Amino acid sequence: MSNKMKLSGLTDILKDLDVQSLEGVTIEGDIELDISGGGGLNPAMAYALGHEAAQISMHVANIARMLGYPVDQLFAASMGGVPQQAPVAGASRIPELLPAKFDVSKMSEWATPIQEVTLGATSADGGSRKNTVTLGGENALPYYFDAEMPHRNYVTMDVFDMPISMAKSVKENYGDVINDPADWAKKVVKDFNADMVTIHLISTDPLIDDTPAREAAKVVEDVLQAVKVPIVIGGSGNPKKDPEVLEKAAEVAEGERVLLASASLNLDYERVAKAATDHGHAVLSWTQLEINAQKELNRKLMKQCNVPRDSIVMDPTTAALGYGLDYAYTNMERIRLAGLMGDDELTFPMSSGTTNAWGARESWMKESPLKQDSDWGPREYRGPIWEIVTGLTLSLAGNDMFMMMHPTSVQVLKEITQTLYGSIEAEEIDITKWIGAEV
Amino acid sequence: MKINSPLEAYKFLPGTNCGECGETSCMAFASHLIDRSLQATDCIPLIEEKKYKKKYDELVTLLAPEIREVVIGVGDNAISIGGDDVLHRHKLTFFNKTALAYDVWDTMEEADLVERVNKIQDFKKFYVGDYLTLDMIAVRSVSNDPEKFAATVKKVMETTDFPMVLCSFEPAVLRAGLEVAAEKRPLLYAANKDNWQEVAALAQEFNVPVTVFAPNDLDLLKSMAKTFADNGIEDVVLDPGTFPTGKGLKTTLNNFLKIRRAGINGDRDIAFPIMAVPFTAWMAHDDEVSASYWETVVASIFTVKYGDIMIMHSIEPYALMPQLHIRDTMYTDPRKPVTVDPAVYEIGSPTADSPLLVTTNFALTYYTVESDLSSNGVDCYLTAIDTDGIGVEAAVAGGQLTAAKIKKGLDDAGFDMGKLTHKVIVLPGLAARLQGDVEDETGAGVMIGPADSGRLPGWMEQNWPPQK
Ligand code: B12
Ligand code: SF4
Repeated sequence: MSNKMKLSGLTDILKDLDVQSLEGVTIEGDIELDISGGGGLNPAMAYALGHEAAQISMHVANIARMLGYPVDQLFAASMGGVPQQAPVAGASRIPELLPAKFDVSKMSEWATPIQEVTLGATSADGGSRKNTVTLGGENALPYYFDAEMPHRNYVTMDVFDMPISMAKSVKENYGDVINDPADWAKKVVKDFNADMVTIHLISTDPLIDDTPAREAAKVVEDVLQAVKVPIVIGGSGNPKKDPEVLEKAAEVAEGERVLLASASLNLDYERVAKAATDHGHAVLSWTQLEINAQKELNRKLMKQCNVPRDSIVMDPTTAALGYGLDYAYTNMERIRLAGLMGDDELTFPMSSGTTNAWGARESWMKESPLKQDSDWGPREYRGPIWEIVTGLTLSLAGNDMFMMMHPTSVQVLKEITQTLYGSIEAEEIDITKWIGAEV
Repeated sequence: MKINSPLEAYKFLPGTNCGECGETSCMAFASHLIDRSLQATDCIPLIEEKKYKKKYDELVTLLAPEIREVVIGVGDNAISIGGDDVLHRHKLTFFNKTALAYDVWDTMEEADLVERVNKIQDFKKFYVGDYLTLDMIAVRSVSNDPEKFAATVKKVMETTDFPMVLCSFEPAVLRAGLEVAAEKRPLLYAANKDNWQEVAALAQEFNVPVTVFAPNDLDLLKSMAKTFADNGIEDVVLDPGTFPTGKGLKTTLNNFLKIRRAGINGDRDIAFPIMAVPFTAWMAHDDEVSASYWETVVASIFTVKYGDIMIMHSIEPYALMPQLHIRDTMYTDPRKPVTVDPAVYEIGSPTADSPLLVTTNFALTYYTVESDLSSNGVDCYLTAIDTDGIGVEAAVAGGQLTAAKIKKGLDDAGFDMGKLTHKVIVLPGLAARLQGDVEDETGAGVMIGPADSGRLPGWMEQNWPPQK
């Protein structure tokens, strides 16, 4: 083995590059290193030469590093070892990876499945819906590897029986149908891909129009005519009037297996429950962010009102992002975990009034009322994402069905929940290239 | 934490009930150790007296959180990530909020770079008495040129004290960045199957935290983390890859779930903070709004499910605001009702002609109202009634906000209605139904304000001073 290198050549190479700090390196004369395998060099001489060569190479290495060359890699590779206390090469090398196998167990405590509840009835079951929607059936938290999720999440879009005040960016989408609930219903199904429709009979509120229950029921018939998806029927929220309104609505919707919204502890839930059982509907059991109240109401619906288990859906209340979503999330998560672990008063699918997100000022206000805040940007973009993030967060807590308003929110929420559910294919992306991506 | 009852912790305490920790007994102190509101170092005798040394050491090991804590940055802006003990926030609380890093890259023009860094460090949104802000800058090497990278890192450091993530798979590039920034303790991103030896050496040499990246390969991820930790590199962050769409995203979520469950269940080799890179959404979407939306959606998933640090690109307010709020949502301590002290607060410089407003002592309510008023220069008296930390509407419904409570609140604060020229109390719009009762109870006139306090300034213009 014989290597020859002329150091003067190196100086020439470096001259062309703009290397400032060659201080400390003086290469004098034309040293030719001729290191051959045979004898010829006495040990002292060899040592001295070796020392000199090492010194020079150190300087050269430093220059190379300044130029950005991965010197240490080279040193490590060529020397095949750990360059002990060598200032150039820095810290030590770890020779090889320790073997490791990743393993994690499934949750054995999640032994109780969530009840399945089917909404809507096709002609085979005496209804006129084109399809049904089945909620629930989970054996794990949503999208978890512990158990396949049997049904995807569904979105039911809000329709009102009268014009209501809405955030500007929501309203824009409904200008043409705001006076006609049937057209409104058609629009959300045809144009906005709603899985279901919720018709809110808010004009029945004595403090609004006090529309008689019988008249309100006609709107329900119109909506059932207009769309072929399963529907939800909501009252006005007035606890005195709602039972009567929901009774009449349940009557005209006989055979269609609608979801009646809602039975709650502050109204005559027995009447609502009876309306559901008499006409073959399901009932929404609504409580306000309180797990024990939810247990109590479900128990009453089952024991006192004989509502079958397959006809109860829960609404444990949705608070918007920034306005109590922390309560709503944890309340739902606790309910779902308790259900999976066998609390049979809580093993029901859940529904969220995701539309509540539009109550948060961040979703609808033109700009921040606070001068110190950074610019909030255009509200047309803020609103929908507020509704999406509110819904998405609750989907991760176990929520099955979303009541929503904005078409963009519906589209994105459906896309993300179905992605997590596993039914959306997409082109593979080489994420190892993300650092250099031009965006 | 290896123990979960105060009794188990008590065994390691002096048991003298000396009270130096500020608690009445060692048992009370022990319960605070378990809920992590106090630390072993708060028991003075335990650290000062030699004879307790062994117990102290044992206790510290037992109390260490399951997921290791990693500190990035130095000084006031240093950020801790990890440190969790539970899988669900209601079981205790989540510690160390997800750190939010936003990218810059080394092919940016200097002016653009400075502007972007400033936007990131200046963004703030008021919430519950404080500002929500972003945390970090991630510097991406796009050029692959060490010199350019070092110059960019240097410029970032000159512009901000935010901690940094140095991003490159090229060890020479990382080294160049470290030579400029090592004393700021940046996070290295990342070691992968090809470069791990060099990157590990850099982490050792410069003593900085390091990310290990093994996209969808949990065996390799664990193997790298274990190897690093066994060689003294304990400040490790795990990136199992963030696939932004389709089945890849589902798999990514499950990788996060698996890693965190294993870690909490006691697998020390994988019990490190996890990084998500929602940035990858930009590789799947072309237009800015779609990409920002999808990035925010992905970021939200991993804020809810176990992401401890994230790298993002969009700095549009409609992306930043939900990201900040969902982070706050998950990391609010569910054990504490957030309240302010009941009192009559002076906003601005109120006079005898200024209005007297009523609200609740729920921090979210109080600070929302307070900031709406003060930032608009409204001078007034704002009374926080003790509603046990419940907001207006729920407190009216639940009976914590009543006429009697309002009277008591004013009396306890020693507020003299007599000093006001108008003798009027303004109630929140959502408490309108208390109007008659409050008039009867206090003898004052009552006006009903708007439902949202954001509209108070406008309401004042219309309605104040009250007509006689
Ligand atoms: C979070 C929440 C809870 C939490 C409360 C947490 C807390 N610390 O407050 C919990 C889970 C405990 C709860 C419980 C209950 N809740 Co609740 N809850 C909510 C929820 C989801 C959000 C409320 C909130 O925090 N808003 C944000 C804060 C900032 O708003 P705020 O305090 O009202 O302040 C705003 C305005 O009032 C105004 N403002 C405030 N002060 C002032 C002052 C002046 C001068 C002016 C002009 C304006 C003004 O500006 C502020 C900013 O916008 C609402 C539904 C909803 N989405 O709104 C239901 C809601 C308030 N709850 C309701 C009910 C019925 C209850 C319960 C009675 C349920 C039950 N049966 O158990 C209990 C009562 C509990 C109790 N009081 O002990 C009802 C109230 C119905 C009604 N109008 O009577 C609501 C509206 C839900 C509903 N649609 O039915 N709830
Ligand atoms: S300081 Fe230590 S010894 Fe004294 S009471 Fe507190 S826990 Fe007990």
